[in-house]
Amino acid sequence: MKSKGIITIIAAVAFFLVAFASAYTVDETEQVVVTQFGKVVGQPKIEPGLYFKIPFIQHATYFPKNLLAWDGDPGQIPTKEKTYLWVDTFARWKIVDPVKFFQTVNNTVSALGRLDDIIDPAVRNFITSYNLIETVRTSNRELEGLDIDDENPRKNKRNLYSINTGREKITEGILEQAKPKVAKFGIDLVDVKLKRINYVEEVRKSVYGRMIAERSQIAEKFRSEGKGEARKILGEKERDLKRITSEAYKTAQIIKGKADATATKLFAEAYGIDPKFYSFVKTLEVYNYALDKNSSIVLSTDSEFFKYLKGDFSKD
Amino acid sequence: MNWDWDKLKQQQNTGGPKVPPDLNELVKKLKGFKLPGGPIIILILVVLFFGSSIFYTVGVDEVGIIQRFGKYVRTSQPGLNFKLPAGIEKITKVKIKRVYKEEFGFRSGGRDPRNHFPTGSESINASLMLTGDLNVGLVPWIVQYRIKDPYRYLFKVRDTPKLLKDMSEAAMRLVVGDRSINEVITKREEIAIEARLVLQKEMDNAEAGINIVTIEMKKTNVPEPVQPSFNAVNQAVQEKEQMIYKAKEDYNKAIPAAKGEAERTIKASEGYALDRINRAKGDAARFTALYAEYSKAKDVTKRRLYLETLKEVLPKLGQKYIIDSEQKNLLPLLNLGKQNGAQK
Repeated sequence: MKSKGIITIIAAVAFFLVAFASAYTVDETEQVVVTQFGKVVGQPKIEPGLYFKIPFIQHATYFPKNLLAWDGDPGQIPTKEKTYLWVDTFARWKIVDPVKFFQTVNNTVSALGRLDDIIDPAVRNFITSYNLIETVRTSNRELEGLDIDDENPRKNKRNLYSINTGREKITEGILEQAKPKVAKFGIDLVDVKLKRINYVEEVRKSVYGRMIAERSQIAEKFRSEGKGEARKILGEKERDLKRITSEAYKTAQIIKGKADATATKLFAEAYGIDPKFYSFVKTLEVYNYALDKNSSIVLSTDSEFFKYLKGDFSKD
Repeated sequence: MNWDWDKLKQQQNTGGPKVPPDLNELVKKLKGFKLPGGPIIILILVVLFFGSSIFYTVGVDEVGIIQRFGKYVRTSQPGLNFKLPAGIEKITKVKIKRVYKEEFGFRSGGRDPRNHFPTGSESINASLMLTGDLNVGLVPWIVQYRIKDPYRYLFKVRDTPKLLKDMSEAAMRLVVGDRSINEVITKREEIAIEARLVLQKEMDNAEAGINIVTIEMKKTNVPEPVQPSFNAVNQAVQEKEQMIYKAKEDYNKAIPAAKGEAERTIKASEGYALDRINRAKGDAARFTALYAEYSKAKDVTKRRLYLETLKEVLPKLGQKYIIDSEQKNLLPLLNLGKQNGAQK
């Protein structure tokens, strides 16, 4: 009774083991290549679900089916104009032919090594054969510079910063160059992107220097603009002052002149009746004003006033 | 139920069913282990195990993705749900309502993210970017995203957050690479919008099942060594304004005053005119009146006027010399100059 029970249990366990060893599941993110003594048997299992194989003889090897990452080794690459850049790339890839993949590279770790060997040189080729600006910019979109209207430098800038290829085209080029090379490993390269591009340390320093120089030049421009503007206003002030005072003077003189003219006319009309009498009256008036105690007078007895002093009545 | 119990025991003792070498020994052990009433306890355990693995709850902010033997079969909604026991169906819960956040180029939390970049090269490198005019800018930003399609999110891409990180860096650099340093500093909003578009497109291309909610730009700046010179420009702008205002101040100080002064000059001249004309009229009238009377008795009036004037003038005079008309020789003896000099 007892041994029978043990046998039953052992049988059950054995059955279970066989069932377990022969069944396997394929996840949504996986694909499986079944091998029999190292030889690939049947089609790769790409669809997810439950599958069976011959236990212990056949072996299931799992490969990822989803999008995988490749991260480039960041390194220094000179551009066409020999500026050293720090370039960090990444790429996305997929195993599209698991059998080929299994036969050629076997696993993802060695696949990443192969990708290194292929993508890194491609990136290097492209970066070195273009000017820096081509890698940085994507389009010839007009850059908005500083809000100072410098005619000439801007024209130069436009030439300096205009591109023919652009970053998107360059990454496409890298992809096109690398794609056929990885296809033989059963790999599809989905995209290659430049994650980071920076100047290397030494170049960065000189770029900073350039940026500083550029800025201080702009700052100086603003300052002298300010000075110029201020001078202009001061000039306006001086001009306006002169204008205002001279206009006032002019007006005043005109008014005075008119008054003088009127006065002259009035005098002429009044005194014109008898100019002799006018001069007589006026002269007497002037005597009164002009002569004072500091004046000495020498009068002859001939004069009209003293003629009586000598008793001369003849003239009367 | 026996085989289930075995399986369970195996899992518990060996940590997995994949290691079956000393199986017989194990079974023997298990046999010896068996206690009275044991099967019932084990049975209860088994029931509990399956019971607990056939129902599950899904939180309000998530959905459950059910895979049967690895294959996706359905998506379950929030609440209590049932599935086939462990080993057959597997559930992965995905928080589709939650907004996730990735930070680039700075580290938040306590620190001021504007200037105080941690010296760690990783975060500073993430924000250092080449601009379209070949300058270097510091661009920190935040990406907020939601899982839009949990199926794609789980199955289409391995390590979706990493894809998102790499792609956001690439997208941001693509956008910044087409802008001048000035635009990078002043037009953050525009950059954020465009970067979001680029990133969303890349995410859709990769079938990542991610929806970029927003890209938020932190304070963009130039690298630290260059910052003083940028500030100097701002300062220069201020100085420029200041100089202009100073000059305007000068202008405003002088011109209205001068206008007032001009008014004064004109008014004064008007006053002069009035004065002049009135006086002229007065003088003329006086003369005319005098003349009217004079013309009636010319000689007498003339003499009278003459004598009246002398009467007024002569007493005022200092030295008076009266010389006989015949004695003309005396005149040179008079020391007129000395007399006056001594008096003064």
